[in-house]
Amino acid sequence: MGAKQFGARVTRLEDPALLSGHGRFVDDVKLPGMLHACFVRSPHAHAKLMSIDSKVALIMPGVHAVLTVTDLPDSMRSQPLPLLLPNAALTTPRTQLALARDEVCYVGQAVAVVIADTRYIAEDAAAALIVQYDVLPAVADCRAAAEDDAPRVHADLRSNSASTFQLAYGDIDDAFAAAAHVFTEGLWQHRGGGMAIETRAVVANHDPASDMLTVWSGTQTPHLGRQTLSDLLARDPQSIRMIAPDVGGGFGPKAIFYPEEAVIPAAAIKLGRPVKWIEDRREHFLCATQERDQYWEMSIAIEADAKIRGIRGRMLHDTGAFVPWGIVMPYIASTTVPGPYVVPAYQLETSAMFTNKVPTTPVRGAGRPQAVFAMERLLDRVAHELNIDRAEVRRRNLIQPEQMPYEVGLLFRDGKPLVYDSGDYPRVQEQALELADYDGFRERQRAALNEGHFIGIGLANYVEGTGLGPFEGVTVRVLPNGKVAVATGATSQGQGTRTTLSQIVAEQIGCRLDDIVMTTGDTGAIAQGVGAFASRQAVNAGSSALIAGQSVRKQLVALAARTLGVAEGDIELEDGQATSLRGNKPSVGFGDLARLAQGIPGVSLPSGQAAGVEHTAYYTPSQAAYCSGTHVAEVQVDAMTGGVKILRYTVAHDSGRVINPLIVDGQVQGGVAHGIGNALLEWMQYDANAQPLTTSFADYMLPMATDVPTCAIAHVEVPNPLNPLGVKGAGEGGTIPAPAAIIAAIEDALSRFGVRFAETPLTPERIVSAMRAAGAYERLFAA
Amino acid sequence: MGRQATRMDVNGKSYARVVDARLTLADFLRHEINLTGTHVGCEHGVCGACTVLVDGRTARSCLMFAVQANGCEVTTVEGLAPDGKLSVLQQAFIDNHGLQCGFCTPGMLMTLTELLRDKPEPSEPEVREALTGNLCRCTGYAGIVAAALDAARRLRDEAEKPGAA
Repeated sequence: MGAKQFGARVTRLEDPALLSGHGRFVDDVKLPGMLHACFVRSPHAHAKLMSIDSKVALIMPGVHAVLTVTDLPDSMRSQPLPLLLPNAALTTPRTQLALARDEVCYVGQAVAVVIADTRYIAEDAAAALIVQYDVLPAVADCRAAAEDDAPRVHADLRSNSASTFQLAYGDIDDAFAAAAHVFTEGLWQHRGGGMAIETRAVVANHDPASDMLTVWSGTQTPHLGRQTLSDLLARDPQSIRMIAPDVGGGFGPKAIFYPEEAVIPAAAIKLGRPVKWIEDRREHFLCATQERDQYWEMSIAIEADAKIRGIRGRMLHDTGAFVPWGIVMPYIASTTVPGPYVVPAYQLETSAMFTNKVPTTPVRGAGRPQAVFAMERLLDRVAHELNIDRAEVRRRNLIQPEQMPYEVGLLFRDGKPLVYDSGDYPRVQEQALELADYDGFRERQRAALNEGHFIGIGLANYVEGTGLGPFEGVTVRVLPNGKVAVATGATSQGQGTRTTLSQIVAEQIGCRLDDIVMTTGDTGAIAQGVGAFASRQAVNAGSSALIAGQSVRKQLVALAARTLGVAEGDIELEDGQATSLRGNKPSVGFGDLARLAQGIPGVSLPSGQAAGVEHTAYYTPSQAAYCSGTHVAEVQVDAMTGGVKILRYTVAHDSGRVINPLIVDGQVQGGVAHGIGNALLEWMQYDANAQPLTTSFADYMLPMATDVPTCAIAHVEVPNPLNPLGVKGAGEGGTIPAPAAIIAAIEDALSRFGVRFAETPLTPERIVSAMRAAGAYERLFAA
Repeated sequence: MGRQATRMDVNGKSYARVVDARLTLADFLRHEINLTGTHVGCEHGVCGACTVLVDGRTARSCLMFAVQANGCEVTTVEGLAPDGKLSVLQQAFIDNHGLQCGFCTPGMLMTLTELLRDKPEPSEPEVREALTGNLCRCTGYAGIVAAALDAARRLRDEAEKPGAA
């Protein structure tokens, strides 16, 4: 094996280019003759599309075309975008046409595209298009959508329900009938966005000489994108190359396939010119998918000693106007509730409702933050009612390490029984509490109160199914110049994929990190791929990198042994050289070995020698990899203004063996920032007619540097027994329990006023309203 | 559409162009003179990804027209490492994991370059305050703040070295 790389705090190979302005993002692609696109979008949440008059737009200088649905290829006129995640419980699997034909169902739905010499001209012309609509009643709220007499989100629907399903195990009636206590909570989590700082972006170029369509897209899933495009354009996938170059953040919404990713390539083919479209921020607010609106009505049955007997309830999920990723979020949410706890009986009725809003698809966390919020708020309620410390209530209910592997009793979204592969939940919680000095908090609280400050502490636990299949591939190929080409279908939107995969390969084959030439997110580089979502790439691509690296190592050793005339056991690989440990230690470089493996034209290779030094591995995990963690938030609340300051934030988590602690810490810290946004700031608001109200960063607050403290982070490494690296995912765990921990801390800070919270985001306005309703200000002023 | 001549120095090199009066400085830098290191994230002056230095002071290049920079000296991220050697601040970003996707990074670097020039010994709250005009969705800011403080230390150490200018 080469130098120890796995587990090392290696600085990132990606950084120098990105720091010096030499990254290559989609908007950096500039092609000769390139035209620019601007989409014309529905201003109404629900309307009949009556007519589109493009006469004025078309005579404007610099305008090349205005395309509507009737100008698209036959295959796209009637065929909607695909449903990528089918599910038998999805009764109305509706997806949208790339450009609307008869009806628009959310503000921002694309109805036409203008192609012009510059984006400036395209925007002028888009404003000159005359589109006539017949406005229909719209549904903004999923609770209203569920009413029998609610307007229909699509005019032809008999019901606004996309899906209803029940998940259950154990004897739930008995659990509640014989309970010492039953508590019920109604909970709501808001809808927010991914809000990557780079918006979505597509460039398409059709080369008639080779009939090759090349599409650059700021996507998390280029291989899925190519397949979809192949279906929509009725075009051989071999004549489509989709490239996700540097991508400026993903967070989920860039995992789905969007109308623009079909329309821009279709326009490029039709016009015979390259076409570029860059989403502007307002479009991102209107058209990039969002997540989190769910209403939960949950009851917990417990013994007198706070041990859980059962949990049951209902959940209503807002799926927006279409279901491009099916019901994956409500399904994940429904299976995440039991979390790290022994829950003997469980029953949840879930309804996914259409509304006239942009579709919801996974955003960092994907249904899990809502489920964890529900569970943790219930446990806080139990602690409050029984007057037991909140950490102690959890301690009494945590699954013990000796119960692993632990079968929950449900089917997870990977189609496999929900079986936690490994973990030590009590140890993770204890580490977090220790690092947060939980035991010393009440003293800190007293001291703060003496100075007139209200501070509070909250904690939350989670278990997250990560590393979902079906597979990801890695090719490792030694090049005749001694470099090592690595290609993968895994994609990077900032996760450091190039660095971590390079660490794994370099350690296996004994080359320098600098000698690895990595290609990610390019369908031209590896035959099959899946992409970035579900914190899956370390598990899937990481394992493939290991397997491919092991194979290439074997090939190098065999070749070198034959070349140097020594036994394979006497060969050492390091720094791109194979060296004999015998005699005067002769060595041969990887480049020479690669040339030997290419042979001589016309001459047979030695027996047993394969062509070239390379291997492609497609690791297929048998099931999800379950990571876990505990977050502890300590906050100060300004009772008068409702302002919340996070004083201290602590994370202990188990994402299995850590490939690179620098990168994992960054994933956790960034995830927590997203969770802070969800807890306190980010709220995509709509009015009663489903008109978006927050369409700029002036209205929709993202966390700033002053909102996010530097977290204290402890890694508890319980290796995953199911994959060869022992890793679990790390990309979303930072976000998942953060709202639950922060809201609990705010409630704790204000506990003397008896206010309780059951929603996110908890804005200052809501805190002040709750305080007012509780009569807190009378008490404060009287004091 | 009105067109207008504009001339400016960008990273020490002079550029003269006749451009649409409404062309933003960001689009001028990115698409007229192909310095694509400056990024555009919101086009309404909040995210800060497009931050450049205009006559030494930070400015949102998405909120300025190119013609408004007529006669100005503009510095972009490409100007921070002109000879290919990363600046102290850029190196500190590597060492402290101050970037993930790298899209907001050029704006972060420009804001912090100004801060460290004007305030060689910033406190952590001062660094955070300076960064409130730059949004990052990936990092949670910890690595960026650490990089800024680390760079400030290194720059002070360099300045104190005997023989330093």
